[in-house]
Amino acid sequence: MKRAVSRQQKMTIVFGILSIVVIIAVLQLWLLTATMNAFLAGQERVIIPAAVASLICFAFNAGLLSYIYRLERRQ
Amino acid sequence: MTTTPTRTTPDQLSIPPDGRPYHDQPQWRNDFPIDWPQDELVARRDFTKFLVLTSFAFVVGQLWIVIENFARKRKGKPPVRRVARADAIAVGSSLVFNYPEAHDICVVVRTGAQQYFAYNQKCTHLSCAVVPDVANGRFHCPCHNGSFELATGVPIAGPPRRALERILLEIRGDDLYAVGTEVRA
Repeated sequence: MKRAVSRQQKMTIVFGILSIVVIIAVLQLWLLTATMNAFLAGQERVIIPAAVASLICFAFNAGLLSYIYRLERRQ
Repeated sequence: MTTTPTRTTPDQLSIPPDGRPYHDQPQWRNDFPIDWPQDELVARRDFTKFLVLTSFAFVVGQLWIVIENFARKRKGKPPVRRVARADAIAVGSSLVFNYPEAHDICVVVRTGAQQYFAYNQKCTHLSCAVVPDVANGRFHCPCHNGSFELATGVPIAGPPRRALERILLEIRGDDLYAVGTEVRA
């Protein structure tokens, strides 16, 4: 059985998740600019791995967001 | 003596945002108390949601680059196209032409009897048109004072970091032909 989480605990968890999501979003921004630079310079090797990495980052972020919603439903 | 309201339990309702006690608050605040901890929680959750949407936008951007790259590869080699008569360009002068598409503006510079250099005229910084400065052996971008070496097209000053797109040239008989392009880092 899942343990009840107080609102203050939820707040701490949401802050933690928010910090992680901010860091990953900044990482994705850097990845996008670096990939665009490589594409314009004709370097094609990095394009697909960068897209896959960005997709993984998004999936992780989406997972964290869904965890927040699941946490809110828990009493 | 005024007392600052404090939370006695973690889930207690509504500490007024200005920190003053309830009896100093306007009547409407007592009638319609706001659950500030819950409000903060929802604000953080919504900000997280917004960031996840931003993260999705970055993925869309990456996929757009993949599609553009695929389209570029499918286009294949650019056509061979006559630029001008080789002797129509005097030594130390330049000529603007379109290659490989009509909207791609390029410039060819003649620096010697048999020396021609051609590049796409778009600056690699923000796509302004570069201007040949043959006397100083460079291309100059007037928008942000960028400079490229005339012989190689590599950036030598200003904000550009990538070389100009080189147009490969061939002299066939008396004519100058553009035979391909070379994108460089």
